[in-house]
Amino acid sequence: MQLYELTIKQAIELLKKGETSPKELLEALLSRIEAIDSKVKAFVTVTADEARAQLGNKTDGALSGIPLGIKDNMCTKGVRTTCSSRMLENFVPPYESTATQKLWDAGAVLLGKLNMDEFAMGSSTEHSAFFRTCNPWDLKRVTGGSSGGSAAAVASDMCLGALGSDTGGSIRQPAAFCSVVGLKPTYGRVSRFGLVAFASSLDQIGPITKTVEDSAILLNAICGHDPQDSTSAPEDMAGTPDFTKQIGRDIKGLRVGVPKEYFIEGLDAEVEKINRDAIKQLEALGAELVEVSLPHTDYAVPVYYIIAPSEASSNLARYDGVKYGFRAEGASDLMDMYMKSRSEGFGAEVKRRIMLGTYALSSGYYDAYYLKAQQVRTLIKKDFHDAFKHVDVIASPTTPEAAFLAGEKTSDPIKMYLSDIFTISANLAGNPGISLPCGFTKNGLPVGLQLIGKHFDEATVLKAAHAYEQSTDWHTRKPAL
Amino acid sequence: MSAQAKPQDKANQKYETVIGLEVHAQMRTETKIFCGCRVEFGAAPNTLTCPVSTGMPGVLPVLHRKALEFSIRTGLAMDCKIAPFSRFARKNYFYPDLPKGYQISQYELPICEHGHIDIEVEGATKRIGITRIHMEDDAGKNIHDPSGVSLVDLNRTGTPLMEIVSEPDMRTPEEAGAYMRKIRTIVRYLGVSDGNMEQGSLRCDANISIRPVGQVEFGTKVELKNINSFRFVERAIAYEIKRQTSVIERGGEIVQETRLYDTDRNITVSMRAKEEAHDYRYFPDPDLVPMVVDPKWIEEIRAGLPELPDVKRKRYLNDLEISEDAAAFISEERATAEWFEAAVDKGGEPKSVANWMMGELTRRLNDDKLSFANCPVIPIKLVELINDIDSGKINARQGKTVFNSLYDRCKSMIEESPVKPSPADGSLAFIGKVEPVTSRATSSVIREELGIKQSTDTGTIEKAVQEVLDKNPDEVERFRGGDQKLMGFFVGQVMKATRGEVDAKTVNEMIKKKLG
Repeated sequence: MQLYELTIKQAIELLKKGETSPKELLEALLSRIEAIDSKVKAFVTVTADEARAQLGNKTDGALSGIPLGIKDNMCTKGVRTTCSSRMLENFVPPYESTATQKLWDAGAVLLGKLNMDEFAMGSSTEHSAFFRTCNPWDLKRVTGGSSGGSAAAVASDMCLGALGSDTGGSIRQPAAFCSVVGLKPTYGRVSRFGLVAFASSLDQIGPITKTVEDSAILLNAICGHDPQDSTSAPEDMAGTPDFTKQIGRDIKGLRVGVPKEYFIEGLDAEVEKINRDAIKQLEALGAELVEVSLPHTDYAVPVYYIIAPSEASSNLARYDGVKYGFRAEGASDLMDMYMKSRSEGFGAEVKRRIMLGTYALSSGYYDAYYLKAQQVRTLIKKDFHDAFKHVDVIASPTTPEAAFLAGEKTSDPIKMYLSDIFTISANLAGNPGISLPCGFTKNGLPVGLQLIGKHFDEATVLKAAHAYEQSTDWHTRKPAL
Repeated sequence: MSAQAKPQDKANQKYETVIGLEVHAQMRTETKIFCGCRVEFGAAPNTLTCPVSTGMPGVLPVLHRKALEFSIRTGLAMDCKIAPFSRFARKNYFYPDLPKGYQISQYELPICEHGHIDIEVEGATKRIGITRIHMEDDAGKNIHDPSGVSLVDLNRTGTPLMEIVSEPDMRTPEEAGAYMRKIRTIVRYLGVSDGNMEQGSLRCDANISIRPVGQVEFGTKVELKNINSFRFVERAIAYEIKRQTSVIERGGEIVQETRLYDTDRNITVSMRAKEEAHDYRYFPDPDLVPMVVDPKWIEEIRAGLPELPDVKRKRYLNDLEISEDAAAFISEERATAEWFEAAVDKGGEPKSVANWMMGELTRRLNDDKLSFANCPVIPIKLVELINDIDSGKINARQGKTVFNSLYDRCKSMIEESPVKPSPADGSLAFIGKVEPVTSRATSSVIREELGIKQSTDTGTIEKAVQEVLDKNPDEVERFRGGDQKLMGFFVGQVMKATRGEVDAKTVNEMIKKKLG
C-alpha cells in the first residue's frame, strides 16, 4: 500500500507509531499530485512550499501531519483563493477562514486549493473559469460539483481528505459521482466565516473523505460555535460530541425513512436498483424501513433557484472592480467600469444566476418570487420535521443518475439543475446529509447513497453510514489511473 | 396646526407645507456596528479598516450589542414601541464607498416604531410623531481629487447609524429646525450620539410637499438631501417651499424627485427623478439572525435612562423657579444641566447660579471654545463666590473680577496638570477629574491675594460721599431741586473714588441721608 492511499485514520496511526513521518507522507502526496493531476486537474493551486513550511507547526494535534486539500472558496491567508473565477484569479486573502484555521490548529497541512464551479455555482465543475476537473473513474465524465476538485482529489488519492462546501448538493453530489464520502453538516454546525458566500442561508462547509470514520474525524476538527459567524449555532449544539465515538455501533432498530417522492420518474433505473439494494442492506443490518412522505419535494428545485440566486445576486455585488479582484481596462466612467468588469470577470452561469436573483428581488416581483419561495421553504422544512417524528434517518439516492459526460448538460441549465434534485431539500431545511459509495453501474460508474438526519444529529447519520460502509467494500475500490 | 404657521407671504396662506424628516445619527460606540474596527473622526484614510469593513470575500457581520442598546435607548426616550422581533435587511446598490455592494439596514421590522417628541416653537408645544428608528451601517467616503482621480476612504464604513424617521407632522421650516435641535438634544442627553451636524454625525434628509390649505391629501413630495447644518435645515426647506409654491402658482406640477441643497447658492437642484430612483431590492440579511429582544433588558435600559430635557425644563421652572429662558438654556445640554444641578446641590441659589451660567461663565467658555462638559471652574467654586457676594464680603462688581481671575487660575492649573478632557467624560466625570487639580483656587484665596474686599467701615464711606458731594455742588443743587436721576451719578462717583470697594446700597442710603 502506498502512503498516499492511506485514510486519515490509518495515517494518524502510522504517524503515531512512527512508521512514517509527516514529511514522508507529504512528499508522497506531492509526488502523487505531480504524477496524476495533469489528468484529473483537481488543483487550482498546489502549495508544496507552504505545506513543507507548515510541517511541525503542531506535532501533538488530532490531525498533525495530515495533508488536506481545500476547496478554493475558503479563504487561506496568503494563499490565492480564486473561487475558480477570473474575478478573483489573483486574490490573496489577508485572513484565514475559521474552518481551515481549525484544521491548521489541529496540525493539518494545506496541500493546495481545489477546483470548483465558479463561485460554487454548478453541478459538474465545468463552470470553473480555469479548467474542467475530470472524473477519476472516467476522465470523459464530470466529477459533479461544485466541489468537484475536492471529490476528485480524494478519489484519486491526491490528498487524504478535503473540505468542500454544499449549497444545494455541492459536497454530496460530487462525492457520489467520485465514490467518496461527502458530508454536509447541519446549517450552523460549521462556521461560514471565510467561506466566500454563494447563498448565505444554504452554504455549509463539510468534509469529503475516503471513509465515514475520516468524515467524523474532520467534522470533529471543524465544527463548533464561531463568534464571527452570527448564524453558527451555540457551542452546546454546534460543538462536539466526539463523532468518532458515535460510529462502530450497530443500527438494530434504527428507523430508516424511505421517501416515496424520491423514487420517481427521471431516476435512472440502474441507480434506483443500486440504491434500493443499499437500503435493503440497511434493513439486513437491523434497521427498520419506514415509508415516509416529503410532500413538497417537487417544489425544492424551483424554490432553491429563487432563494440561492437572490442571495447570490447580493453576495456577489462586492466584486465590482473597485477594491480587489478583476477590473476591466478602458472603462469610460464608473458605470462603464462596473459593467465591463462584471461582464468580463464573471462566467456565464454566474451571470445567469445574478440576473435571476436580481429579477426575483426586484420591486414588484419580490412577493411573487422571493417571499413565496421562503414560504414554500418553510413547508419543506416542515416536511422533514414531520417525517423525523417517525424515523431516525432518511435514505435516498444522492443523485438521479451516475456521472454524466462532459458537455452533456452545459447547454441546458435546467437539466444541470435537476442533477441536485435529491440533495437540495436538505439545504433548504438545514438538515445534515451524507453521501457514501453504494455501488457501481455496469459501466463502472460510482453511485451514492444519501442519508439525511435530524438537525444536529450527524452522530446518527455517521453511525448508519458507517454500519453500511463496513458491511460493503465499495469504499475500498480505487479508480484505475 | 396650520394656524401656527407663520404667515410669511401671501402665497403661504393659500398653501400648507407638509414636512417629514429622516435623520441619520452616528452612534457613539467605540467600535463599528458589525466588526471590531475603532470609530474615530479624522484618522488617516483607510487606517480604521479590517476584512469585514472593507467587504473582503467570505467575511460576515456580527452585530455590536451596544448599537442595539443605543437604538433601544433612543426609542424609549422617544416613547417608541420596541419591537420584540426585529431584523436586518440588505439595501442593494453599487457605489465605490459601499464595499459590500449593499448596506445592512432594516426594512420591514425596525427596532423601534410609533414614538413621538415634543418641540417648542414660538412658545407653543407641538408633538411630532416618530414613525420608526432603525439601525444601519454607514458607507465610506469618496474623495474626488482635483487631478481627476477618485479615491475611497473606508474609515467611516460600518460606523453604526440610527435612522430616525418622523411622521409628516411639521408645517414650517422653523418647526423642522426645532425638531432637528430637539433630536440633537435628546441623542446627546442619552449619550448615544454626539449630534454634530458639521462633522456629519447628524445628517438630515427632508421630504417636503405643499397642498392647498384645507386639502386632506398630501401634495407630491420632493426629497431634499445634503442638509448638513442646523442653519441649512430651515433655509433649504424655506427655499423649497418657495420653489414649489411658485411652480404651482404658475400652473405647473411638482415632480416627485430627489433634490440637493446647494449651500453656496441657497437653492435646491434636481439630483434624480422618480424614474431614476434605485430599486434597492431589500431582502432580509441571511448573515444576521433576527433579533429577539428580552423584555427584561428593555426594562433595564429604561431604568437607566437619564432625566430628559423636557422633564428637567419643567422641573426647573416649577420647583426652582428660574426663568423660562434660563430653564430652556440649562436643560438643552445634559452637561449644562448636570453642572447646574451640581451647583444647586452645593447650596447655590438657583437664580444666581443660572444668571452666572448664562452670563459670565458662558462668555468665557465660548471664548475658549469650551462647554459645561469641560468647564474649568467646578460648580462649588461658583457657589462659594455667589455666597461671598450675598454675604456682602464683596460686591457684584468685585465678584466679576474674582470670577474671571478664578476662571483663569483654574484653566491654567488644568492645562499644567496631566488631566485632559476626554470625549467620554460627562460634566460630572470632568468635575471629579479636575476637582483635586484646582483645589487651591477658590474665591476666598483669590479675594485675599488680590486684596479685594468690600469696605464696611462707615467712616471711610462717609468721607468718600462727602468728598463727592463737595466736588459737585451744581448736581447737589439739582438733586435737591427734584432731579432724582442724579442718584446714580453720585453712587457711581463714590464707587469710582473707592475703586468699587464699598457697598453700593450703603452709599445710596448715606447720600439720601445727607441730602434728604
